[in-house]
Amino acid sequence: MIRKLLSCVREYKKLSIFTFLLMVGEVLIECLIPFITAELVNRMKGDLEISRLLTIGVTLILMALVSLACGGLAGYTSAKASAGFAKNLRSDLFDRIQGFSFRNIDKFSSTSLVTRLTTDVANVQMSYMMVIRTAVRAPLMLVFAVIMAFIMGGRLATTFVVVLPVMIFGLILITRKAMPAFHRVFRKYDKLNESVEENVRAMRVVKGFSREEYEKKKFAKAADDICDDFTKAERIVALNDPLMQICWYFNMVFILTVGSKLIIESRGLDLDVGQISAMLTYGIQTLMSLQMISMIYVIITISLESMRRIYEVLQEKSSLTNPENPVMEVRDGSIDFKDVSFKYSEQSQKFALSDVDLHIDSGMTVGIIGGTGSSKSSLVQMIPRLYDTSEGQVLVGGVDVKDYDLVTLRDAVAMVLQKNQLFSGTIKENLRWGNENASDEELIEACKLAQADEFVSSFPEGYDTFIEQGGTNVSGGQKQRLCIARALLKKPKILILDDSTSAVDTRTDALIRKGFRKFLPQTTKIIIAQRIASVQDADMIIVMDNGRIVTTGTHEALMASSPIYRETYEQQTSSQGSAVSGQQMEGAEA
Amino acid sequence: MEKQKPQIKVGSIKRLLSLLVKAYPVMVPIVAVCILIGAVTASLPAIFQQKIYVLIGEWMESGDWAGASKQILPLVTTLACFYVVSLLAGFTQSQLMAIITQGFLNKMRQQMFSKMQNLPVKYFDTNKHGDIMSHYTNDIDTLRQMVSQSLPTLLRCIILLTSVMCIMLWYSLWMTLVVLLGVFAMLKVSRKVGSGSAKYFIRQQKSMGKTEGFIQEMMTGQKVVKVFNHEPQSRKDFQAVNNELYEDAFRAHAYANVLGPIINNIGNTLYVTIAVVGGILLLSHTPNIAVSCIIKGTVAALSIDIVIPFLNMAKQFTGNVNQVAQQINSIAMAIAGAERIFELIDEEPEVDEGYVTLVNAEIAADGSIRETAEKTGRWAWKHPHHDGTLTYTELKGDIVMKEVDFSYVPGKPVLHDISLYAKPGQKVAFVGATGAGKTTITNLINRFYDIEDGKIRYDNININKIKKADLRNSLGLILQDTNLFTGTVMENIRYGNLEATDEECINAAKLAGADDFITRLPQGYETMLSNNGENLSQGQRQLLGIARAAVGDPPVMIMDEATSSIDTRTERIVQQGMDKLMEGRTVFVIAHRLSTVQNSNVIMVLDHGRIIERGTHDDLIAQQGQYYQLYTGAFELE
Repeated sequence: MIRKLLSCVREYKKLSIFTFLLMVGEVLIECLIPFITAELVNRMKGDLEISRLLTIGVTLILMALVSLACGGLAGYTSAKASAGFAKNLRSDLFDRIQGFSFRNIDKFSSTSLVTRLTTDVANVQMSYMMVIRTAVRAPLMLVFAVIMAFIMGGRLATTFVVVLPVMIFGLILITRKAMPAFHRVFRKYDKLNESVEENVRAMRVVKGFSREEYEKKKFAKAADDICDDFTKAERIVALNDPLMQICWYFNMVFILTVGSKLIIESRGLDLDVGQISAMLTYGIQTLMSLQMISMIYVIITISLESMRRIYEVLQEKSSLTNPENPVMEVRDGSIDFKDVSFKYSEQSQKFALSDVDLHIDSGMTVGIIGGTGSSKSSLVQMIPRLYDTSEGQVLVGGVDVKDYDLVTLRDAVAMVLQKNQLFSGTIKENLRWGNENASDEELIEACKLAQADEFVSSFPEGYDTFIEQGGTNVSGGQKQRLCIARALLKKPKILILDDSTSAVDTRTDALIRKGFRKFLPQTTKIIIAQRIASVQDADMIIVMDNGRIVTTGTHEALMASSPIYRETYEQQTSSQGSAVSGQQMEGAEA
Repeated sequence: MEKQKPQIKVGSIKRLLSLLVKAYPVMVPIVAVCILIGAVTASLPAIFQQKIYVLIGEWMESGDWAGASKQILPLVTTLACFYVVSLLAGFTQSQLMAIITQGFLNKMRQQMFSKMQNLPVKYFDTNKHGDIMSHYTNDIDTLRQMVSQSLPTLLRCIILLTSVMCIMLWYSLWMTLVVLLGVFAMLKVSRKVGSGSAKYFIRQQKSMGKTEGFIQEMMTGQKVVKVFNHEPQSRKDFQAVNNELYEDAFRAHAYANVLGPIINNIGNTLYVTIAVVGGILLLSHTPNIAVSCIIKGTVAALSIDIVIPFLNMAKQFTGNVNQVAQQINSIAMAIAGAERIFELIDEEPEVDEGYVTLVNAEIAADGSIRETAEKTGRWAWKHPHHDGTLTYTELKGDIVMKEVDFSYVPGKPVLHDISLYAKPGQKVAFVGATGAGKTTITNLINRFYDIEDGKIRYDNININKIKKADLRNSLGLILQDTNLFTGTVMENIRYGNLEATDEECINAAKLAGADDFITRLPQGYETMLSNNGENLSQGQRQLLGIARAAVGDPPVMIMDEATSSIDTRTERIVQQGMDKLMEGRTVFVIAHRLSTVQNSNVIMVLDHGRIIERGTHDDLIAQQGQYYQLYTGAFELE
């Protein structure tokens, strides 16, 4: 997994390795500086000569400069490398998601994808920076300091034999105990935040039922619970500092006592004061590098979860692949379903579509009617190959959809989804999703056909009106009409409207259909609708129930033959006796 | 960064600190004392070390450890004692800090949440949900770092620096000046680099938000992207925001990373400078000026025994300044976070001056009302008057609006002169275009928003006098978008009436026509719903929403597009239940589908905030006005 993620470092690999080298340089100099300073101190104690002092001083300053250069540069390169790594990760993730099929998209919720692209990547970025800056530095420092201590301190260095195992053992114990606790807490923490989000979204419900106090109590309970767990975990980690203190203090006392004994007993032959100082410095360096190593370990384990989540997306294989020798042209808008069955996931028991056989001629207007959950949408989603059939074949223009180049197929099949979305940007920009090179005239033409031109022109900024994220500044009906216009701009061979005029008033709805009939005679039009009035004049109406096609036919034929159809029709028709159907409206603007 | 309203920043820090102290009035001082002890004991070893070195020098010639140990061992023992104290202090401090940090964050979280619950609906309508959420995630996280690390480090370093400074002054003024010069340089640099880093961190935060917004939009619209083969374009757009984020992140971290080495090496340079200046002073036999000399009244030349400790102290100084510098970013971010949290906490809460409350009532045959503690199924408004008397009014669900005007934004009126009455048990429908003001009227009845002019009376009581919670409890609300909570189906239904038994919940579900699909769920009523009931269809969620309102058995119901996602066939199936549900209640209905409102007692046609037509379905058809046109619109064309 880590290897796969690291492969995203790409062009920043050099910088990362460079950082390693710079860190080696910095550590070397950092370890040499105590030597030189010891020399400096000795010079000052003996016969003081300013010139000697200056030479050493200049050497030290030069070393400081080199160290600064190494350290500073490493800071720069590590920042660049880790930010770059994060950039690549995000970009790879985004690319991968762009290649997802609908089935893949269904698997990950959009919020989880957003978290993966933001928080998780940020976590990995931080730990990557940490690792390239310290992964070399800390162990190197540790080894160097211990070696130096043994060389310089001789018998004094035995203190390390005591201190190091204690420190290592203590750190391992703390990390072992703390990590699972943290994992648990983080999961709970996510849940808590989810519940806050739920509350923010449902504030009207909370207030409407005046459940403020209830929610407060619920939240307080969850928050207290998390606080307890968090405190427990943090208290374990908080043992780190005292542990460090114990080791360091032991070191200090030991070295001072034993050291002075050794010096005095040997009359300064075995050891001198300078060595004691150096031993103390190396002692602290050793302990600090140990602590740093344990910190790296913690950071990596914490980000491991993030890595796993990123990896999951990167590993996800798109369930749709382009054929080897794709067909690059869609001949016409005819559609055939041959014994098609479909279920959304391989595990699920229930088929969303069963045994669908259907033929639609190019240029036909087809209406699809059926109750909630009768799989109307599933049926049409097979046509632009948003999902692949589980069994059977779908043909467009006489060719199996699986044999087409995906882009070619989807360019030929325009679909207005039930869950529509406009994107932040001007109306023009949104419309050009349908055709990047569409001229202004073409935009207007499409909007006229979708009955959108009138209200767009009434906006002060017309086609340059800015659409807020999610299209919140246009009404539901306006949004639907813009989405239809967007689809029309593709000049498709097949146009599918999946309940796309539900918020449009009946008159406008009728006008749109009339326009289609007149201006798009070659295009196959499939209209899913709840109200029969929307499909009444279709060449063929498909009645669906429970994933199956119950019957097909024209309005008149179905009225005569299908009880479900007739029942729905009558229900939608008013009790007034006139043939008025149950209507939805958007209203006065019509 | 210093230029941008520094006063406010100081204010937020102060406020944060005072909150922290108030939250833990005992622990915080203990921690402060522990830090003090820790810092002081940390500055002591240098003195002991120096003394021991001197002793070693004295006894070295003799080689008599037995004699020397009599002087050295007590010193070491004293040091060890100090260490024990310091260890205890360190242990106490770190354990208490863990408790304080988490406890404080918990308190802040709960305070925010409580506050949020008391905010008016307007706040949620005018603020982006993601923005509100980030108070709980990003902003709280920044506080964590600040409380658990930055504050203790800062305090510790300040104490340590002060005590080291005192010791330095005790020994030599000249040398102190040299050290101060170095410290000045460090501060100067860290401020410069720090402000650069803070600038980019803030920029990073912004571009992070931008990227997140973009990703959010694309992820939710992913299916649209696919349908339009728009992947290359969205990739290209993403590259642009992604690169911007990269630039800012890289700069921010580069600044932050560079700071440490810079300060360290200024420290190294300082070390050399001290040695050289010390050497020069030693050679020139410059008289020393120091506190110790002034007190003793002696003048002595600077000695090597003074210069060497300075070298160590300079090191300590550098280490501490570096530690503080490392915290600069987290402090800057925490201040920004704290400011945002305070913004939420300081938000004007929903005011409730209502004093009329809803009570269980027993109604005698003569119509007199008595308040009781137990549930009777009858309710009354308890209305205290200025003169101390109480009157009880039976809760019936009689609602009257009189000449009501309202605007969300001052100067942009949404409702004009709305007058209507709904007698108990009547069904009142609103129809009209999006933006005509249908939902707004219902927002006013349950006081999500307050009217500007006019009057709304509930059972002949001005609704402003009714306690909001009681008012809303008496109104069942069903919205178009049913928001469900994480929990079982049963719990979600019970949301409407926390005291309802399982049986009552099931009955409500049956009434709403939801029982059928619920029993077909894998675990029936015990099926867990998560993420706003994502595995239910929109229509099923609406049915649950209706059940939830039904279980509360409210005398008045507001149904805002409550059945819009239920197809007409299902609607017809649940119609009976719905009719039963509406029976005897005052119901306000908003619906697109005219068949849903046909059988209302009165239908109001709204246009641009005015009622332009009113009457029964038959009346309105006969009038041949707007309603008639809407109703027959499809057929004018044929």
